[in-house]
Amino acid sequence: MQFTRRETLAMGAGAALMTVLPFRANAAVDDLIAEFTGGAELAEAGVELTAPEIAENGNTVPVEVSAPGATAIMLLAAGNPTPPVATFNFGPLAASQSASTRIRLAGTQDVVAIAKLADGSFARQSKTVKVTIGGCGG
Amino acid sequence: MISRRDFLQVSMAASALVGASGFGNWGRLAAQQALTQDQLLQFDTFGNVSLIHITDIHAQMKPIFFREPEINLGVGENKGEVPHVTGADFRKLYGIEDGSPSHYALTYDDFTSLAKGYGRVGGLDRVATVVNAIRADRPDAILLDGGDTWHGSYTCLKTQGQDMVNVMNALKPDAMTFHWEFTLGSERVNEIVESLPFAALGQNIFDAEWDEPAELFKPYQFFERGGVKVAVIGQAFPYMPIANPGWMFPEYSFGIRDEHMQEMVDEVRGMGAELVVCLSHNGFDVDKKMAGIVKGIDVILSGHTHDALPEPVLVGETIIVASGSNGKFVSRVDLDVRDGRMMGFRHKLIPIFSDVIAPDPQMTALIDEQRAPYKAELEEVIGKTDSLLYRRGNFNGSWDDLICDALISEREADIAMSPGVRWGPSILPGQEITREDLFNVTSMTYGKAYRSEMTGEFIKVILEDVADNIFNPDPYYQQGGDMVRIGGMAYRIDITKPQGERISEMTLLKTGEAIDPAKNYVVAGWASVNEATEGPQIWDVVENHIRKQGTIELAPNTSVKVVGA
Repeated sequence: MQFTRRETLAMGAGAALMTVLPFRANAAVDDLIAEFTGGAELAEAGVELTAPEIAENGNTVPVEVSAPGATAIMLLAAGNPTPPVATFNFGPLAASQSASTRIRLAGTQDVVAIAKLADGSFARQSKTVKVTIGGCGG
Repeated sequence: MISRRDFLQVSMAASALVGASGFGNWGRLAAQQALTQDQLLQFDTFGNVSLIHITDIHAQMKPIFFREPEINLGVGENKGEVPHVTGADFRKLYGIEDGSPSHYALTYDDFTSLAKGYGRVGGLDRVATVVNAIRADRPDAILLDGGDTWHGSYTCLKTQGQDMVNVMNALKPDAMTFHWEFTLGSERVNEIVESLPFAALGQNIFDAEWDEPAELFKPYQFFERGGVKVAVIGQAFPYMPIANPGWMFPEYSFGIRDEHMQEMVDEVRGMGAELVVCLSHNGFDVDKKMAGIVKGIDVILSGHTHDALPEPVLVGETIIVASGSNGKFVSRVDLDVRDGRMMGFRHKLIPIFSDVIAPDPQMTALIDEQRAPYKAELEEVIGKTDSLLYRRGNFNGSWDDLICDALISEREADIAMSPGVRWGPSILPGQEITREDLFNVTSMTYGKAYRSEMTGEFIKVILEDVADNIFNPDPYYQQGGDMVRIGGMAYRIDITKPQGERISEMTLLKTGEAIDPAKNYVVAGWASVNEATEGPQIWDVVENHIRKQGTIELAPNTSVKVVGA
């Protein structure tokens, strides 16, 4: 079996990514965001993401998103094998543009929320949630 | 805004008692000092509200020795900042004379000699005298207990916290928050809390299923004092189900929840609070960060990390008061609250020198009553020590060296692990070790000593994980304990590196060989947070070891090489 130079390089890059960045945002997450925003600029303000700093149980981590006036909020667990968690769509009669859910996290990683705001612009917030083995409290 | 200088009116107990001194003579100098109760309690009553703070008593009802840490490293923005200053640097920072009572109370060096001169500290009957004296000055002073109260002794373990509940109730606190209390199990905690004659607070104690504030624990309590509406908001230890066994209290969820803290501050301000006090078990660095994020807290009474600071730390317009541990200190904070805001304060960290402060006889009787059924077991001598036994320090303490030695020899292990907790009094060289002493450093409801095989790689994962709980530069990711203590293995730690890169040069001490990531090692440890851990109780393991040794003599521990401090 023969590999072309191009294929070998691609494999090498993939392997490096796997070992160096096991639970970090990857290209797939960037693609998902680009797909949602159509490549638009992401503002810092406009979306609130509430998640614990350290997960009490990585299998069920409570996460809340809120973006006044938003028409949709996409939630991603950037380090999970399948990053998309949910996209919440809000109709014009929605009383509030917020949602909460519980997600499973494969390890310490960034949870990302992207909101499509009323004026069509986009806002992003992310938070690192630590998943730890714990055990030594003072 | 008032300047910090005008604002701070701090007096420190008896700080100018000693003139010149020489190292090693301090104990003798100390003994010559005529320290009096009046000096310790001296305080010019100020303003219109008084707070009394005691925290992290860990069930120490009787006077003890307690050595403060030599190594207490800060990272990120807290590098070199209090409370991460120890020994001579700490004394220099606060103008404390060598050999003075404050030297003995607040720093670690020359501990044995000073302890012989100044004697034991703490004792809740002495604390009662101090509280009563403050109440004589200001009858409506608010007494606040920062938690870690119903844990840490033989009698507390045997009575499931009832001894401490009885004694603290007699002290009449106005409110309390929590940490180790939950390791009694939620059923017992609920039972006690329902019976408490004061407020059980925790704005961050939530129902785990619904992620809503738990019904049993109120977020705050209002007090009307000196014509001032005071709101006290509780903040329990945020990482209870992670640092301690969550399966013991599955109904509860915690976390820092600073957004909810802000909501509570806004709510109480909206209800007319003129003074907002946060009774916190966050740990000092977490409190400092929270004070910068949450607006509108006047005073944070800080617990958990066992720091004792002779002056409050100011963050914006919030003062943070740290009152030590094990009953060694009581803080008094007098506040001048006018026109709906805090205009000034006066603070004193009162060290409880047990030979200077007269015990309150009623409290002594009540304490002795709790201990009477267990007197024989408590007093049984199981050995003697020629070395100073203490716990505090980021990487090791001699008590944990002894516990790790016991685990390795009694459990026939290659490597031992002991949790990096910060409670547990000290024993001076030449003292006998009683069963009470042993339980003071080991007692808990999940004390079983496990024995299992771990690969070298997994041992590194554990060390990296725990190190990140202490040395993550963001305080919100710190859990407030110390590094897991390791016996039988040396390692190097660079505290400035990220998780996964801090630990290196792991070496098995008995062979001098590098730890092989793929090889299995027999590891003995205790205090696992996992349910259904099997093994003998740690106090039995250590007692057997001490009995075999007779007299304990420990060589200084040099097995951890620290870089980046």
